[in-house]
Amino acid sequence: MNITDKIFKFFGGIKPEGHKQISTRNPIKRLPLSKELIIPIRQHVGKMPNIIVKIGDRVLKGQILAEPVANLSAATHASTSGYVKEIKPMNIPHPSGLPDQCVVLETDGKDEWISLEKIDIENISVSNLLEKLKHSGVVGLGGATFPSHIKLNTNRIETLIVNAAECEPYITCDDMAMQEMTQDFVDGINLIMHILNIPKTIIGIEDNKPQAISKLNSVLSGSKNIQLKIIPTVYPSGDEKRLIYLMLGVKIPKEKRPTEFGIQVFNVATLISIARFINYGEPVISRVVTVTGALSQPNNYLALIGTPIQQLIKDAGGDPSQEVIMGGPMMGFKLPHTDVGVTKAMNCLLAVTDEMKSKASTEMPCIRCTKCVEVCPAQLQPQELYWHAKSKQFEKLTDDYKLFDCIECGCCSYVCPSNIPLVQYYRYAKSEIREQSKSSEIADIARDRNEFRLFRLEREKKERAERNAQRRAQVSDEDKKKLIDEKKAAIEAAMKRVAENEE
Amino acid sequence: MTEYLLIIISVVLVNNIVLTKILGLCPFMGVSKKLDTSVSMSAATAFVLTVGSITSWLVNYYLLIPYGLEYLRTISFIVIIAAVVQFTEMVMEKNYPYLYRVLGIFLPLITTNCAVLGIPLLNAQLSHNLLEAALFGLGGALGFSLVLILFASLREKFEGADTPELMRGSALAMLTAGLMSLSFMGFIGLDRL
Amino acid sequence: MIEAILITLSITIFIGLVLGYASIKLKTTGDPIVDKIDKILPQTQCGQCGYPGCKPYATAIANGEADINQCPPGGDDGIHKLADLLGVEYKPLNAEHGEPKPKSVAIIDESTCIGCTLCIQACPVDAIVGAAKQMHTIIEKECTGCELCLPPCPVDCIDMQVIPETTENWKWKYPIYKIKQQN
Repeated sequence: MNITDKIFKFFGGIKPEGHKQISTRNPIKRLPLSKELIIPIRQHVGKMPNIIVKIGDRVLKGQILAEPVANLSAATHASTSGYVKEIKPMNIPHPSGLPDQCVVLETDGKDEWISLEKIDIENISVSNLLEKLKHSGVVGLGGATFPSHIKLNTNRIETLIVNAAECEPYITCDDMAMQEMTQDFVDGINLIMHILNIPKTIIGIEDNKPQAISKLNSVLSGSKNIQLKIIPTVYPSGDEKRLIYLMLGVKIPKEKRPTEFGIQVFNVATLISIARFINYGEPVISRVVTVTGALSQPNNYLALIGTPIQQLIKDAGGDPSQEVIMGGPMMGFKLPHTDVGVTKAMNCLLAVTDEMKSKASTEMPCIRCTKCVEVCPAQLQPQELYWHAKSKQFEKLTDDYKLFDCIECGCCSYVCPSNIPLVQYYRYAKSEIREQSKSSEIADIARDRNEFRLFRLEREKKERAERNAQRRAQVSDEDKKKLIDEKKAAIEAAMKRVAENEE
Repeated sequence: MTEYLLIIISVVLVNNIVLTKILGLCPFMGVSKKLDTSVSMSAATAFVLTVGSITSWLVNYYLLIPYGLEYLRTISFIVIIAAVVQFTEMVMEKNYPYLYRVLGIFLPLITTNCAVLGIPLLNAQLSHNLLEAALFGLGGALGFSLVLILFASLREKFEGADTPELMRGSALAMLTAGLMSLSFMGFIGLDRL
Repeated sequence: MIEAILITLSITIFIGLVLGYASIKLKTTGDPIVDKIDKILPQTQCGQCGYPGCKPYATAIANGEADINQCPPGGDDGIHKLADLLGVEYKPLNAEHGEPKPKSVAIIDESTCIGCTLCIQACPVDAIVGAAKQMHTIIEKECTGCELCLPPCPVDCIDMQVIPETTENWKWKYPIYKIKQQN
């Protein structure tokens, strides 16, 4: 049996209720154009890109609004044609509720594309292609939004793993995308395998997606080097390192990246957008969003980036006053404002159900039952992490208890009988530790500058004293006397003048 | 052979010098707030106990008993122990300055640690020979270290616990020590064949 | 009687000799505790502790001249760390030396600045760029918020601006949830 036929089992994980059927009954819906689109300028991990349009400019669909700066940055494009109404800080989907720079696009209804350039994959060098990808806006659409041109900037990949697991309950956007955009998906895989000379691809898909599996099987029946591996439905099989272990049995340690082991992982939606960019020249201007939860008509939508989410929620039968979670029930966060636009990271909008609400509001003391230890996929000790994070003892967390190995999957808080929101404590501890290390770095710089300043003052004092000693040694005694006499004469003359003026 | 093993078991578990004989409580309470200071304190006390009990036995057997000076036992033991502690302090200050600083006043207080005086006196009282005296000292040190490290780990855990304000610090420590002492009563009879 | 005195004398003399020899052999020099204390201090160099900088304050603490609760920018956290390092009891911040303030940076109003270089001479980390009769400006990244440049300015053109919270420097807050009420 080939090693790639075996499916390994990772430690821990949970099997929550999937709630996936409610949003897969209908095909992906496309809504009519809304009047205004609120497009945040930064929708990725990395530096804020440079805005190159001005207020009042007319932009076409797919026109670049912000250019990437530095390597860890990506571009932002206009999702439809219209006028740039405003460029100012507005509410964005972020757990803090703080605003960030956005472009408000007033749509003109024409939906006019900018002239698109197909990319000739045979006659382009890899570096040129990556440069073009940098300006295409393609980032990891699984939620991490890491710029993809950096992930493709390597030639040591032996295996490409496609993350089609979609393990989190309620989310079905990748499932529907695989069913309806199958050709683009397979094109994306083939293009990447061709660009980087990757010999083998494994698509990891959970067994709760029978239609997608059968569709893919029929499309991939001829491909020898693309393998479809069906994994049991366990959360969090879709986590990058867990998926690699499931597919290949390779454990990737914390400090290393998968590329160092010849493995790279890509999400389904990212591959579809890469295919559309290379084959049709289309930058990333839309994505599939699952709108589900406590609504009457949950569905998947192909939404333009910047579409106000209220439009999607209303169409799905929801209420504007409902609490909405961006992401899934395990790793998502509650949106502090719902007057925001769809971003590249938004894979799901989950209207909070009563069951979720009741679980969230009653934290009881920890009884040290260690149920959390049994389910942690990273094999950490959640109750120790909680104990130290709660009492703000941060010294031991990083090295002894490996807090930064935590992937914040939420399995521990799911099984906790005391309903403790464990992941919130870990997030708090992580940001405190990061801030402490940042301030100690700043303090080190300030200390160096202060020491240098004291050294500089000493040096100036010494130099001045030397110069004075030299000058004094040069002037002889006679000359000194002459100088003093001259000065005295000048003072007497001035005083005489003053006395004469007074008379 | 078995008697030597039994001495060690007896002095470490059954007649633990801290929890059963209630000697040496001063550093037990004072240093056990952090685990690393406890480890260094137990190492220092172990060194002092072993060297101290061997030297005390030698002085007792070769100088005090032949000349009939048993009444000078206490005072000469104290002098010897003070010297060993002073020597330990100098070694620590040179090689482990951080631990020296952190242990602070508790390092010279090993001199007044009743366990460190008690074990040589017990040796003399029970008329042990040299090997037995050495094992008794070593066993006492082991028992002291065992209990000190256990207690320090417990106290570190309590730092993060949600305990009533009134009980924090020494109150909780005393309670815990009492409960530990009760639990060590379970070892009674282990040294009987 | 005489044997008792002789024996005790001989024991003590012998021990004295051994200890004297050991003290010469095991001599220690220097005390790196000052560096350890300085590493904990926030390096604002503001002088609120009463010493002209963080290193002098660290030296004073090491010598026992200063107490550990005199540093407002270090806050409670800093006092706890100092207490742990030195093995002393924690004390709350001494209010005489100031209150903890949110982190801010100085900013020069360029329309009012006269180019006198007095603030440049005052800054302990050389975070102000300028020359005589030339415009002065503060390098925001290097400013520690010590406020030592405010008093010397003859035209009062320097202000302190609190660093705002943006998505870049936002951090998760300590979770506060209701504990289940017993009905």
